[in-house]
Amino acid sequence: MRTLARWRERSIHSVVFTCALLSIVTTGGIIWVLTTESIAFFREVSPIDFFLGTRWAPLLEPRSFGILPLVCGTFLVAGGALVVAIPIGMGTAVFLSEYAPPWARSVLKPILEVLAGIPTVVYGYFALTFITPHVLRPLIPQAEVFNAASAALVVGVMIIPTIASLCDDAFRAVPKALREGAYAVSATRLEVSLRVVVPAAMSGIVAAILLAFARAIGETMAVTLAAGMTPKLTLNPLESIQTLTAYIVQVSLGDTPAGTIEYQSIFACGLTLFAITLAINVIAHRILRRFREVYE
Amino acid sequence: MVTTMETPFGSDQATTPLGVTVRPRPQRLKETNSPPPESVIAADRLTIRYGTFIAVHDVSLEIPSRQVTAIIGPSGCGKSTLLRAMNRMNDFVPSASVDGKLLYRGLDIYGPECDPVELRLRIGMVFQKPNPFPKSIYKNVAWGAAINGYRGNMDELVERSLRQAALWNEVKDKLQQSAYALSGGQQQRLCIARAIALEPEVLLMDEPCSALDPIATSRIEDLIDELKSRYTVVLVTHNMQQAARVSDWTAFMYLGELIEYDDTNVIFTRPNEQRTQDYITGRFG
Amino acid sequence: MFLPRLQRRRKVGRMFHAACALTSLIGLAFLVVLITRVAWEGLPWLSLKFLTNFPSVLNPPNAGVKSAMWGTMWLIGITAMVSVPVGVAAAIYLEEYAPNNRLTRFIHVNIANLAGVPSIVYGILGLAVFVRWLRFDRSVLSGALTLSLLIMPVIIIATREALLAVPQSFRHAAYALGATRWQTIRAHVLPAALPGIMTGVILAVSRAIGEAAPLLMIGALTYVTFVPEGPRDAFTALPLQIYDWCDRPQQVFHHLAAAGILVLLGILLPMNAVAVAIRAWHQRRKAW
Repeated sequence: MRTLARWRERSIHSVVFTCALLSIVTTGGIIWVLTTESIAFFREVSPIDFFLGTRWAPLLEPRSFGILPLVCGTFLVAGGALVVAIPIGMGTAVFLSEYAPPWARSVLKPILEVLAGIPTVVYGYFALTFITPHVLRPLIPQAEVFNAASAALVVGVMIIPTIASLCDDAFRAVPKALREGAYAVSATRLEVSLRVVVPAAMSGIVAAILLAFARAIGETMAVTLAAGMTPKLTLNPLESIQTLTAYIVQVSLGDTPAGTIEYQSIFACGLTLFAITLAINVIAHRILRRFREVYE
Repeated sequence: MVTTMETPFGSDQATTPLGVTVRPRPQRLKETNSPPPESVIAADRLTIRYGTFIAVHDVSLEIPSRQVTAIIGPSGCGKSTLLRAMNRMNDFVPSASVDGKLLYRGLDIYGPECDPVELRLRIGMVFQKPNPFPKSIYKNVAWGAAINGYRGNMDELVERSLRQAALWNEVKDKLQQSAYALSGGQQQRLCIARAIALEPEVLLMDEPCSALDPIATSRIEDLIDELKSRYTVVLVTHNMQQAARVSDWTAFMYLGELIEYDDTNVIFTRPNEQRTQDYITGRFG
Repeated sequence: MFLPRLQRRRKVGRMFHAACALTSLIGLAFLVVLITRVAWEGLPWLSLKFLTNFPSVLNPPNAGVKSAMWGTMWLIGITAMVSVPVGVAAAIYLEEYAPNNRLTRFIHVNIANLAGVPSIVYGILGLAVFVRWLRFDRSVLSGALTLSLLIMPVIIIATREALLAVPQSFRHAAYALGATRWQTIRAHVLPAALPGIMTGVILAVSRAIGEAAPLLMIGALTYVTFVPEGPRDAFTALPLQIYDWCDRPQQVFHHLAAAGILVLLGILLPMNAVAVAIRAWHQRRKAW
């Protein structure tokens, strides 16, 4: 009986260990897949032309594989999303942690979760069929049918819950004693919130913004539907652009046989996207870990 | 359960400004024949509840000006609650409610005319664990004064406050350093300097030495002795010996009620109440 | 000496308070506008016919989401069957069995990073591994396995937090009575962590239901007029159908898309509500 139990324990241990190893296998798989096909790609297209080139025309002659227009489009939308999400997200977080009575908290937090749970196709639909024709173009007639601004707006709303809840966590990590010390020297609630709590939570806030930025960069469906399919190096949000993610979708929707340069460009773009979001996530998590160490 | 109590004020059978009838004056005042010290803070049948829990029950006392008043008692007797009511720090506890009156120089602290922010300019507080801001030593002292529009020379104010807190000599060369680089005792003196910078009338101290080692503790006790020439000090402590060393008047609280309030010498040598006697001899606590 | 200017500070404070409250309401306002708009556009098109018909380009008024809903059901069924046991098992290893060494810390960091990888990259991975290399082709199986990889980090993180919240005293008490590690986990830790795990699993699966980008990558079709019969069949899914309809220029397809969104939200919002309710119930009820 003892040996049976021991055998059972050991086999369970192996099973759960294998499941945990799967995560490493997944990461290895992603890196392997992206790099091998990208190597094939970089045999045809020089990395310098790819990373520094300013014209992305994979299908038209003369072909050009300069990725900067796609990166620019991605950052334009993601940056615009931050412009929307940071003030609203942080304002919500300050309200939740410093001002809101408990009943308001219990209503607002679920609403934020619902907002976070809405699929991105729905946001894309909303940008395409409502924001652009009924909100943006009436106000600014020069806006094109596909434009970066409406995509940036909905992606911004999409990441508000991320910023709001991470900033709320950061504010609540600031000890009550610090607030009490400030109130005791005759500070008003505004002064305590803005001049004591926010500075004390700053690295948590920065980490939250970085994580939200990475999410906005990786966003696919909303930008595919609303931002356009024209890679362009521009800072004008009213124009149609193309993001990295939208390009990857565009190619895979078409019939591209394996082994062609277009097929391989998916992997090169995927590698770039993966590298950017990984770098941002790693930095954000490191900042977050250091922030937690200070307050725990 | 109303206990007879003595207040340090008034002569035989006199009535204090609050309308409380008092017994004969305590020994010390009788000998010096000096007029009763004016009362700065006065509680009249004050009751403080957290929800349904009664933390402070029907407490009446007066805090004399420019003296050190200690509030002692076992854990959970309501002394911190009483202290924090005086500068309305209880406002931050949603379930707290207050009945009865608490007056600062005749002004009802919980009345509609009293602005808590303005009140805290006159009544400062030092907390149990030192809680300096994550700023430089200079900014810690200057911050409260700056947001309240101090018009004079800030450098002078900082130096004056740090001198009064007996910290100036130790930090005068490193004012721009972070406050967190100081030791626990130094941080607590920094918090005292921070409170003093607003030139308050009253200094509330909530067990200021409980997180400190004995040497730091004795330095702060010496400091309290100096501070009382300028400020009215109300000190909550669970350390009876500290109360005996430092304070002029002592109030003993138990389970939310004020059992006895008298000259410190009286409390610790010949108290009137049996429970006071039991507490100071260590029968419980 | 002091010029506290309390009146002015109070006034500014009140304005700030109002501004913060206002920003909190913007999210709510957006949600209301979104749902109103979708309902306005889609409700007239929502009918039993819509739920039971196949999509039709030539005959839009008679189009429906039957293939999409069946595809989604097949997809999510397989995804849940794969990702939930593996994810929960991985989290159990990390919390209950793993020694505190470099490998464990590396796995933790790895999982946090995987949770932040864009979903389209998972689609690329699925394309290369499941469609091409393992030759599952553009089938329900490929899609389900890709989605499983996508939501597994989310499940692992949520399960870890639920396990962390169980007090150590539970485990110690069981060990002190001579229980083995697995007996302790199965009889004491898992039941205590179960509500948290369920919340996390429901939220992760609802995320999978709404994903379209990875499915596009593995070649799921967007216009499908049949229902999958087995895991190796081609398929479409509800978000893909919505995307396809949105992509067409004619207004009528946008209405269909709105109706499809109502169906999708009709599945997702109750799921999220159940997850949140479980969490709230657990918070109130737990005795520790």
